[in-house]
Amino acid sequence: MSVGLEHYLVLASILFCIGIYGALTKRNAVVILMCIEIMLNAVNIALVAFSRFFAPDVVLLSGQVFVMFVLVVAAAEAAVGLAIIMAIYRSRRSVDPGDIDLMKG
Amino acid sequence: MAVGAEVAFWILAVVSVGAALAVVLLKDVFRAALFLVLCFFTVAGIYVTLNADFLAAVQVLVYVGAVGILLIFAIMFTRETQHGSLFNRLKMPALLFAAVLLGAMIYTMTATDWTATVGALSNTSLEALGEGGSGLTGSLGEVLFSEDGFLLPLEIAAVMLLAAVLGGIVIMREK
Repeated sequence: MSVGLEHYLVLASILFCIGIYGALTKRNAVVILMCIEIMLNAVNIALVAFSRFFAPDVVLLSGQVFVMFVLVVAAAEAAVGLAIIMAIYRSRRSVDPGDIDLMKG
Repeated sequence: MAVGAEVAFWILAVVSVGAALAVVLLKDVFRAALFLVLCFFTVAGIYVTLNADFLAAVQVLVYVGAVGILLIFAIMFTRETQHGSLFNRLKMPALLFAAVLLGAMIYTMTATDWTATVGALSNTSLEALGEGGSGLTGSLGEVLFSEDGFLLPLEIAAVMLLAAVLGGIVIMREK
């Protein structure tokens, strides 16, 4: 069978679930951030696939525009998230989210 | 789709899933970051098979170029204390949760009828155009920068990027 929308959506689902598994289980904040990037990439694949396949014979550009905005937000999130991780590492000498319990009552 | 595009899709899909699994399962954080870069590259290839040429270029520039290097920098800065990327005690419940979520998502994706009538789309402000020809980059720019398109979100995104840069500097600054 020829490759269509479902194939891309299933690929996006698999990547998203791999990302969510890593984000839930990892003990290194940098790796959690990497898994979140995988999840954002999976969503981007789904958006581009919809923009290509949703209507026959046309490309709906707003899906690609959404991907652009997701890219911008992902870049900002990586910059701020890594800055927070580095700041916490500087004061606590750890990047394990389990050790970061400053707001625990 | 052409046969070449289908073969490319299958190769890219397998490599991207394998690279994502390597990111999650590898104990060496640096190798995990390198596999993440490989995953970003294959996603760019998947964009190419979907006629999104500009997005593929942006993916390589932003993700592989900027985010990948940023992550590797962060790994090298925090290298002293970490003992690899280990799993916490949520390993099995999270695996169960991810598997159930994957099953539900795949069922929803394949069972839903995604075909749409163009009439339902014509009353939205979406720009529709034929594929092929000069590529999508020019029309993507027109949609992004036109008054009735996405000009305001674009400006907000620019302000948000500035805020993120300032926030990163402020958070990282020595007291």
